[in-house]
Amino acid sequence: MTVLCLIETEPGGASEASLRALGMAAGLAERSGEALAAAWFGPPGAVPPGDLAARGTRLGYALAPAGPGGYAPRAWARALVHLSARLPDGAGAGPVSAVMAAATDRGSEVLAHAGAITGLPVAANCVAVTRAGPGELRLTRQRWAGSLLEDAVLRASPALLTVAADAVPPADAVPPADAVPPADAVPPADAVPPADAVPPADAVRPAGAVRGAGPSRGPGAQPEAAPAPGTAESVRVQVVEQAVEAADLAVRASESEQRRDGVSLATARVVVGGGRGVGGPEGFAVLEELASLLGGAVGVSRVVTSQGWRPHNQQVGQTGTKITPDVYLACGISGAIQHMAGCQGAKTIIAVNTDPGAPIVAKADYAVIGDLHEVLPALVAALRERAGGP
Amino acid sequence: MEVCVCVKRVPMVGGAIALTPDGQAVDTSMSGFTVSPHEECAVEEAVRITERHGGTVTVLTLGPPEAEQQLRDMLALGAGRAVLLATDGTERGPVATAAAITAAVRDRGFDLLLFGNEAADTGGYQVPVRVAHALGLPCVTGIKRLEVTPGAGAAGRLVAGREYRGSLESFELPLPAVVSVKEGINLPRYPSLPGRLRARRASVEVLDPGPAPAEGLRTERLRVPRAPASRARVLGSGAGAVPALVRVLDDLGVLR
Repeated sequence: MTVLCLIETEPGGASEASLRALGMAAGLAERSGEALAAAWFGPPGAVPPGDLAARGTRLGYALAPAGPGGYAPRAWARALVHLSARLPDGAGAGPVSAVMAAATDRGSEVLAHAGAITGLPVAANCVAVTRAGPGELRLTRQRWAGSLLEDAVLRASPALLTVAADAVPPADAVPPADAVPPADAVPPADAVPPADAVPPADAVRPAGAVRGAGPSRGPGAQPEAAPAPGTAESVRVQVVEQAVEAADLAVRASESEQRRDGVSLATARVVVGGGRGVGGPEGFAVLEELASLLGGAVGVSRVVTSQGWRPHNQQVGQTGTKITPDVYLACGISGAIQHMAGCQGAKTIIAVNTDPGAPIVAKADYAVIGDLHEVLPALVAALRERAGGP
Repeated sequence: MEVCVCVKRVPMVGGAIALTPDGQAVDTSMSGFTVSPHEECAVEEAVRITERHGGTVTVLTLGPPEAEQQLRDMLALGAGRAVLLATDGTERGPVATAAAITAAVRDRGFDLLLFGNEAADTGGYQVPVRVAHALGLPCVTGIKRLEVTPGAGAAGRLVAGREYRGSLESFELPLPAVVSVKEGINLPRYPSLPGRLRARRASVEVLDPGPAPAEGLRTERLRVPRAPASRARVLGSGAGAVPALVRVLDDLGVLR
């Protein structure tokens, strides 16, 4: 049996979200003694073999649906369904028991199409998964964007799953006790020092995954004589042409229109957040300045976008962006669960709030009690002084 | 343009979510109800489309008889018709929900079916796609910009935009089509007083969705993720806390 993971590619290789999904797929494959395969749309060299090998993947499929290129959700789903129905020359990997993808816009959409094409159920936003028996998975998935967890049993072959963007297993979301944790599993809650009550965002990124490690291999590359497992040379990438129906190509993405966004909110290392306490659109200048000094991005709460103070693409939360920064500095934000759902993937949360009783203060790692209009200018001045400039 | 918007009645939650003692559902004994935020934007978008191009907005929901209130809320925003697929209150999964919606909309001649990207509570991310497949219609999800060009036959089209890695990718679909939207596509209006009065008097069509097909995903229980045990370490008050804050940021390795 084989666990198959869809990889979304970027110019530099696999996307961070897809590598997290692959990490979870690797855990499932390892615990249930199954093989792990990765599939992507694009040339065979689009995903560095080292990235795959680091997660125990030995089979890669570079999919090329017949027809015009670019993202076409139904065509991608059809190709993935065809591939999972029969792995070509699977090197003894056996039938596909599960198809996984990152719960991004594209990953969620492609798996929904795969579910509709096959009539099979789809479990969205999983944070933990383990095999319960043949054709049966036990999983934990997010509801309310992660404010609530659902333990469920998925009976389907193959199982179709998406992996939550912030799938840092919460302390109590580890698979059932009878499952052997994967080598890269987050240590149980009691092994974590209390200061790390918010699990580090990179804890689920398996170690040793160096982007671009190892040469990319061409189509049909054959493995050399018994390459060591886990090395780039152990990965075998095959190009697979899949026939899709003409109707599957009717909806496809046309080229993107570039925006002037600097640091992307979803991937920023530092996010400076502003909420109702900012007071109005003009109050964000100091947050922008601070974010720029820290090389980060500005994020806002829902009230800020519903008031029209800032554009919606800056919203952090259940109906906005999920962020996974090293530091989230939440200023003038009360900390409703819909907002916390968007920032629970932050390694460290620092709250600046006038109200010591605000929910965010209870949920943050550090807090400054005070008015952001006083604290932030002083912080900006201190950082400028430290940098040796005016 | 005949536009149908599918909405879902969900509990209004604030600071915390409480569960029923058996862990099978959210305790709604103390909560109000609303529709998912993405769906309110879908209704607003549909109303704007019909204001511009003519036609009617129909709102449809699958839910308990009490979901009539959410339909009336959407009528107050400018929808013209409302359809309730009345259940006994038992939660239906995405496969069953899509089947019920498909049967209800199939022969009504809608040009456009709008959904929210995902329901706020169950977050299944699949009902619109399943409905589109069942009806043989083109579909795109997660849309934050929508431009509709009505027309007969092949002339009716829409262009839909979606955020992708900091830019916007666009999709062109022939009508009729299925589109799910995200909050941010627009700022929904507040219901007007005449709108509210009209919504109170409007009739709601109630249909029986029939029995629910079995789901392959079975919920065992719900649980609230454990909150961090300790409160934040308070670094100080006001600008006086800044030196301590700088030290923390430095320790965390984010100062350049």
